[in-house]
Amino acid sequence: MREILIISGKGGTGKTSLTAAFSHLADNKIICDLDVDAPDLHLLLQPCHEQEVAFYAGNEARINQDGCTGCGTCAQMCRYNAIRQENDRFTVDPIRCEGCKVCVSFCPEQTIEFPEKHCGTWYVSTTRFGTMVHAQLFPGEENSGRLVALLKNEAKKLARENNIDLILSDGAPGIGCPVISSLSGANFAVLVTEPTPSGRHDLERVASLCDHFRIRSGVIINKADLNPDEAAMIEQYCRERNYPLLARLPHDPVITEAMVQERAVTELGETEIGREIRQAWTRIEELAG
Amino acid sequence: MIITVASGKGGTGKTTVTASLATVWDAPLQVVDLDVEEPNLHLFLWPELGSPAKAWMEVPELDAEKCTGCGNCVELCQFKAISMMLSTLTLYPDMCHGCGGCIAVCRENALQAGRRELGEIRQGRAGKIDFLMGTLRIGEAMSPPFMEQVKKQMQQTLLETNQDVIIDAPPGVSCPAICSVIDSDVIVLVTDATPFGFHDFKLAWESFSPLGKPMGVVINRAGLGTRDIYDFCKKKNIPILAEIPFDRSIAEAYSRGRVIAGVSDELGTVFVSLREKIRDLAADSGKEVSHA
Amino acid sequence: MKKIAVTSEDPTLDDQVDPRFGRAGGFLVMDLETMEARYIDNGASQTMSQGAGIQTAENVAKAGAEVVLSGYVGPKAFQALATAGIKVGQDCDNMTVREAIEKFQKGEIPFADKPNR
Repeated sequence: MREILIISGKGGTGKTSLTAAFSHLADNKIICDLDVDAPDLHLLLQPCHEQEVAFYAGNEARINQDGCTGCGTCAQMCRYNAIRQENDRFTVDPIRCEGCKVCVSFCPEQTIEFPEKHCGTWYVSTTRFGTMVHAQLFPGEENSGRLVALLKNEAKKLARENNIDLILSDGAPGIGCPVISSLSGANFAVLVTEPTPSGRHDLERVASLCDHFRIRSGVIINKADLNPDEAAMIEQYCRERNYPLLARLPHDPVITEAMVQERAVTELGETEIGREIRQAWTRIEELAG
Repeated sequence: MIITVASGKGGTGKTTVTASLATVWDAPLQVVDLDVEEPNLHLFLWPELGSPAKAWMEVPELDAEKCTGCGNCVELCQFKAISMMLSTLTLYPDMCHGCGGCIAVCRENALQAGRRELGEIRQGRAGKIDFLMGTLRIGEAMSPPFMEQVKKQMQQTLLETNQDVIIDAPPGVSCPAICSVIDSDVIVLVTDATPFGFHDFKLAWESFSPLGKPMGVVINRAGLGTRDIYDFCKKKNIPILAEIPFDRSIAEAYSRGRVIAGVSDELGTVFVSLREKIRDLAADSGKEVSHA
Repeated sequence: MKKIAVTSEDPTLDDQVDPRFGRAGGFLVMDLETMEARYIDNGASQTMSQGAGIQTAENVAKAGAEVVLSGYVGPKAFQALATAGIKVGQDCDNMTVREAIEKFQKGEIPFADKPNR
């Protein structure tokens, strides 16, 4: 079982458009959208939900007003400023509550409840490119990385049941918990960057993270012609660090055109960028073993 | 006033809008890069920065001599930062959220306050602008506790100077994004009109609406994509504060790290007008506005 | 060596080794002297937001295992197992539980001194 993950430290590099194209090109795989905070892959793949499951994560404190004597212990103990006080009525601000249980444990009246938190929904769907596992967190919910782990587990389970040996995942932006969770167990990471100062800076951070977890990675420079000098610097960096350069893609509005048509860019007939993406995919398959 | 520039999705031009807005701001200003996972604002504003100060979070430290193995701390910890293997207590400081519960619950004083490095905070100046940024440590999973520390530094500077603040927020709509808009007076959402941009913009708008703060939109790469966002904003009564046209020369200038407000007179005008519209938005909501 | 725990998604010796340690579906604990095996479900650890590896290590220790065989063991789980003096054989993915135990008995699975994930 191989797991290929497409990530970019920075958003907006074209990661999801590339994942859609790879989903079109790869045979026999499970597609996974691990960007559960702001998923976009479904906009190109129009998944048809076969299974919908509510996702609960962690707990949140709720003060039962009947038993509250207004002693204020909870407010003193909370390190997240999550307890609001109006006159002598104390309530929990769910946006700030960390679910740490300190107020619950130290309330002298034992009047703080600690229910599970319903944070979102996850789906198993069919698409024209095969099965897709994806999710949507409710806005403002914590992206703990657990939902990412759950999706990866589901994808593995489905892959095993159906004798599929490839999982193709669209990762989350950044280098924090969701990304660390996405990387767990991946065989190969495709790092998508663009030739801008922020692109290079973020590539270095996300590449360090892959090294930190000993995951092999290769780099795609998207919109390479926007700034050939910066692109050359990124190539130089890849050579120094032994990251294979998988492709240099042109800046092409056809990517947006494909988005508007709700298709993968490789589905739009012969284009230069489509050819380059096909070659990149062949390289990725070789490297990921 | 405090303005947060946010976006549901990365790559819409949030940082470039922040940088341009900062350069045309005509009142004393502090800019804060709160996108601590991937801070980039310094690559556009080139501040002179002082030496980095490490930021820490309080995590427990164990005095094994005093531990009686009662397990109260293990039971309290919601994050598996304390584990009892057979009868040995082990701490995993990386997992700790810093709630302090274990230290408070230990009757033997076997747990004391230690610390974990979250990242580095740098302060400096970019011309007349006070500059503040945080860089999350590689391998550190939690950005909100670190963001809180950066915000503390921001509040301290505010107490001394009472200037305006522009915050560059992390992308997305989960905890870190909420953490960066929660203390601001105005939220500026940067989006593009592509289907992805519009979809993520809607999520951001839904996320931030409950906070009850005035919100406006900057449409970047206008002309690329569809009209959906315009229809949506009209229907929901969300003011469009500025439109930055789609133009390859702007993309090239951005890729060279240039502040796009300086690319042409027309673009300069776009950001001056954005500045005034943000002030109007704040004034409409009853926020006192400082003028040059 | 008396008891050995092998991560497995299903309860029989002929099922596949679960490559994940922390988020393993369960594990088979085999007493090498009596050759009796029992299956322990690890479902509760699978659903933890964080610390699944540590929780699973605690479960393995409670079951009395002295050796763990699995595919990938993360750094925190590795540290937790080391605390309890439990030895780790990793990279045992793509084989059945029975094959992993046989390989181990033949001395073909070296103990790891650091986690592979």
